[in-house]
Amino acid sequence: MRDISEHTAGEDLIIKTSVRLMVPFIQVFGLYVIVHGHYSPGGGFQGGVILGASFILLALAFGMKTSQEYMTIHVNAVFNNLGPAIFIGVGVLCALFGGLFLDYSALDKLIPLGPVEWRSFGIFLIEVGVGVAVMSIMVLLYWNLSSGGAMDEGL
Amino acid sequence: METIIGEVVAKYNYWIYVVLMMIGFYAMIGKRNLIKKLIGMNIFQTSIILFFVSTGVKKGGGIPIVDKYQALAGHVEAASTVNPLPHVLMLTAIVVGVSVTGVALAVLQRIYQEYGTLEEDEILEKLQR
Amino acid sequence: MKSLALLATLVTGALLLYGTKDFPAWGDPQAPASTYLSPVYIEKAVEQTHVPNIVTAVLGDYRGYDTMFETVVIYCAGMAVVSVLWRRKEE
Repeated sequence: MRDISEHTAGEDLIIKTSVRLMVPFIQVFGLYVIVHGHYSPGGGFQGGVILGASFILLALAFGMKTSQEYMTIHVNAVFNNLGPAIFIGVGVLCALFGGLFLDYSALDKLIPLGPVEWRSFGIFLIEVGVGVAVMSIMVLLYWNLSSGGAMDEGL
Repeated sequence: METIIGEVVAKYNYWIYVVLMMIGFYAMIGKRNLIKKLIGMNIFQTSIILFFVSTGVKKGGGIPIVDKYQALAGHVEAASTVNPLPHVLMLTAIVVGVSVTGVALAVLQRIYQEYGTLEEDEILEKLQR
Repeated sequence: MKSLALLATLVTGALLLYGTKDFPAWGDPQAPASTYLSPVYIEKAVEQTHVPNIVTAVLGDYRGYDTMFETVVIYCAGMAVVSVLWRRKEE
């Protein structure tokens, strides 16, 4: 892992240090919110926004180039398409295994966990899809709006 | 007079949302700056979201996260848990609002690049020329 | 023009406030919004999906189509922003 302190976009030492300390915890909390959405307030939308906010914070403190070293434009483009693809893919898989579209209990024929458990697990799968989509789209919106579409340097 | 005050006190939440909605609506149709119109739209949206969430409230009701084993045993009462449906609808509405705001800001940036201003009157003047 | 906008706002607000006369009181458990579908969700969601968070159960399972097109909406928003603002980098 490269030392991100060599970039000079944000000059203030306090901001750079605190952001460097906070970003890993924000990302872990975002993942927690996504995967713990069954038992506590949370889910794909909220966790995705928290994960996206961590990258936006990185871009605000260290410059857009630094945030694009951690999530490149190409990876972001893949995530953009991967999120809806996971969601719709799970729905199509349900239809292929003999159920209705987005009827997760039909996936019981794939791995026998029991239809009710599969409905719980199917919700988890689509939450992951939603989280990936929301995270990458939030980062994409920030990159585009703050740099006027060039996605090279901005706020 | 007494009855009017009683009505207001009993349903004060709706009055707050209507006032918020009026602020947003006035900003949308009365202001000349496109950014101010966008901010007005966001205030309008907030009032609608608050209104929907408040329709789900039940007096003395708990959050819509229940104890799994009590629920499996059938001990969950609908009257003591708030209505989850408005929460779901507004969760999606918030994300749609963020998307709409993002697209609107992008279009405003393009308008500024093209015309050099965000005032409606000046844009209309430049369009007619 | 501004007075016209103010008049339209006040008329709309007054009509909405007149409409609240028929609304249920704040926090009424017998309100129409809380009596038809939502008791079924509250009582049956855990049994049918094993998810204690009813909001997640409704969002992901009962209203899966809603959430799916929601994801498509934010996807379209991202693509719209890219296509509106896209600039080629100057070499």
